[in-house]
Amino acid sequence: MAEDGSTPLVEAVGIAKRFGPTVALADGNLTVLPGETHALVGRNGAGKSTLVGVLTGLLRADAGEVRFGGRPAPPLGDRVAWRRHVACVYQKPSVVGDLSVAENLFLDRQPRGRWGLLSPPRLRRAATELLDSWSVPVDPDVPAKELTVEQRQLVEIAGALSHGARFVILDEPTAQLEARAIARLFDRLADLKKQGVTFLFISHHLPEIYQICQRVTVFRDARHIVTAPVAEMDHARLVEAMIGEARGLVQVGHDRPSVPPDTAPVLTLEAVGVPAVAEPVDLTVRRGEIVGVAGSVASGKRELAEAVVGLRPRTGRILVGGRPVRAASVPAALRGGIGYLPADRNSDGFVPGLSVAENATMTVADRLGPFGVVLPGRRDARGRRAIADLDVHTAGPRQPVGELSGGNAQKVVMARALARDPQVLVLVQPTVGVDVRSKESLLGVVDEETRRGRGALLVSDEIDDLRVCDRVLVMVAGRIVAEHTRGWDEAVLVAEIEGIGEKDV
Amino acid sequence: MSETLAVGAPEAPPQPPKRSPRAVTRLRLARLRDLALIPPIIALLIYGYTLKPDIFLTKSYLVDTVLKYQTELALLVLAEALVLIVGKFDLSLESIVGIAPAVAVFLVVGQTTALGAPWPTWTVLPVTLLFGALIGVFNGLLVVRFKLSAFIVTLAMLIALRGLQLAIVGGATISNLANRVPTIDNLGSLRILTVPLSIWIVVVAFAVGVVVLGYTRFGRSLYAVGGNADAARAAGIRVERVVWTAFIVAGALAALAGLMLSARLGSVAANQGNGMIFTVFAAAVIGGISLDGGKGSLVGALCGVVLLGLIQNVLTLAQVKPDQIQAVNGLVILVALVLARLTSGKAQD
Repeated sequence: MAEDGSTPLVEAVGIAKRFGPTVALADGNLTVLPGETHALVGRNGAGKSTLVGVLTGLLRADAGEVRFGGRPAPPLGDRVAWRRHVACVYQKPSVVGDLSVAENLFLDRQPRGRWGLLSPPRLRRAATELLDSWSVPVDPDVPAKELTVEQRQLVEIAGALSHGARFVILDEPTAQLEARAIARLFDRLADLKKQGVTFLFISHHLPEIYQICQRVTVFRDARHIVTAPVAEMDHARLVEAMIGEARGLVQVGHDRPSVPPDTAPVLTLEAVGVPAVAEPVDLTVRRGEIVGVAGSVASGKRELAEAVVGLRPRTGRILVGGRPVRAASVPAALRGGIGYLPADRNSDGFVPGLSVAENATMTVADRLGPFGVVLPGRRDARGRRAIADLDVHTAGPRQPVGELSGGNAQKVVMARALARDPQVLVLVQPTVGVDVRSKESLLGVVDEETRRGRGALLVSDEIDDLRVCDRVLVMVAGRIVAEHTRGWDEAVLVAEIEGIGEKDV
Repeated sequence: MSETLAVGAPEAPPQPPKRSPRAVTRLRLARLRDLALIPPIIALLIYGYTLKPDIFLTKSYLVDTVLKYQTELALLVLAEALVLIVGKFDLSLESIVGIAPAVAVFLVVGQTTALGAPWPTWTVLPVTLLFGALIGVFNGLLVVRFKLSAFIVTLAMLIALRGLQLAIVGGATISNLANRVPTIDNLGSLRILTVPLSIWIVVVAFAVGVVVLGYTRFGRSLYAVGGNADAARAAGIRVERVVWTAFIVAGALAALAGLMLSARLGSVAANQGNGMIFTVFAAAVIGGISLDGGKGSLVGALCGVVLLGLIQNVLTLAQVKPDQIQAVNGLVILVALVLARLTSGKAQD
């Protein structure tokens, strides 16, 4: 590893950054040595993204210094110089979907031919060369939007390297990848490392860090906590550094009373299938029970949930409290007693411009006054109740939800799901992208509400979510392949979710 | 391994980042946004007064010269605001202004026996409204059911209706309506408490509009759909129905605006309504209605209308030559947009 006297490739010292009154980064330190793969971990809000912003020259730090190879970083305006030092592959695609891979790679620096006009053959040749030299198996003529996540990441890495950078930041590259794709990505990263590329690897999946990283830096509450070789940081120490005290990340529902098997069902799915996505499924949620449905992105679990709440056409029969619910109608599902929390709060969870109260009461607008009238007083009162019940941190019921943090916005969406006093909750990835405290309080709400006799169908692939569940069903490729009661083994469950252990899936 | 283990003193727990209550003040600002156009309106009134101190601030001038000529525009802006808030476009409104009264009047006084014409004169109002609503139904069908772009659908509809109107009116003007159709006579000349009926109609329409948009499920669902249609759908709002209804109501309102215009002029011209849609959009956007949907208020939109009306009047009073007035008007609209952008402090979408 680091020979004596070798200067760090990247060094950030005492970086501080505030956004208005919010301290995003108080004391950001990072040292990355040439040729290593360095992990950066921390909970949401620990300051990782801010540090990345400063390291890539997109954010101006209030204090502190960034050095590349011992020399001060270029001025912020000089994007070309920054790109020679550092590149970042974000979770969100930063390619132009309708342009070809080749055009994306050479955006604004396309090779020219005669008379200064762009030359498509030269562009293609240059792109092919570039992709080949980093062994990226992608056709340069394909529109970027047709790439898989995995291919898109490799293309972005190749593009970054072609600018001269040998330091690449990977922001949660595995978040959207299946197990095999992750393995392939790690192989590629290992190859690139051999060719002299240094990585800063950001991930929430701690096992991955032990797999590919040599050193790890932990941030917590906007500060640098520790930097150490991964070999010296076992799992417990790493988690302790991240959360400040040694304890399980989320401890909700460990004392749930067991639901007797003869309890009346509150939600019954009889041969419910989603055309082209999920095969007919039989499933029962009893009163007071939380049933988890685990599965990978492609398993069809989310689509099944959307079919249950009427967002998708379906086959089969659904009964809530013994009464059938009409298919493909959200209003019918809500009236039938289903409360719904969608998978992606930003895309279909809340209306950012509307207030907390308005979002929280969107499902009960018919109960806020006579004849379709909405009485603002009644709405705000319900909004205030939701804020209190769910501990939403907000300036008041009239604050637009778009101004809230992810966890608080999600609590508003949860309030919306609970507003009609549903018999059964259908929750999809309820804690995705929220900090640990919000996670605990959201799962606490599910725990509490079900103890009062509601049922819940909790569709998620987050282990913390599934721990709350009384039963967990595993879905693979549109079929339910396993069922576990409380006390399941994490390794077994993850293996089933990823389809490992099954033959040639 | 050199000096790699560097533990940052974690004894004192660092302060978690806190959020400020500045959102509260922003709430008040959002209310103020509705009134952002009041200062320029007052400025224009003062300027107009300096130009013509003897008449400008009299009731008869403001009502009969300024406001009366903005009534049709105001109704159109109301109609367009509904469609914009729900996140769609309707360019065809300005052709409904022409075609709806043209059809209704033609069936009553036209030289035709089609559809059992001549129809009794009382049918003018209902036929006008119904025709406007039907256009809205058709627009909604194409936009909601066939999922076509509202912009291009209503643009095509604008052109088609314009052509249809030419065919009906025959390039000429159906005139002298006040003597032949009592509805139009009343609409054009009736006064209540000395204020023209058309102004009362606008006042009532906006009052109803404010209540509906602010305090009914339908009104709030317009904002929800325009702000995030997927979230609205997941909350059980019938998105398609809401959008469709907005188109239909807008069509009927535009038709009513058209009939009021015909009543004011006593005629249906072949090009009635032509070019109004630009002013409509300008007034709506100046008034703070977002072209991206989900944002804006009718109070703001109405202020936008009054502002544009005052600008036009003041330009005339300032003796800008008629052949220059359009250019100046366009420039003033640009300036008004910039000012509205600055006073609201937020990007206009």
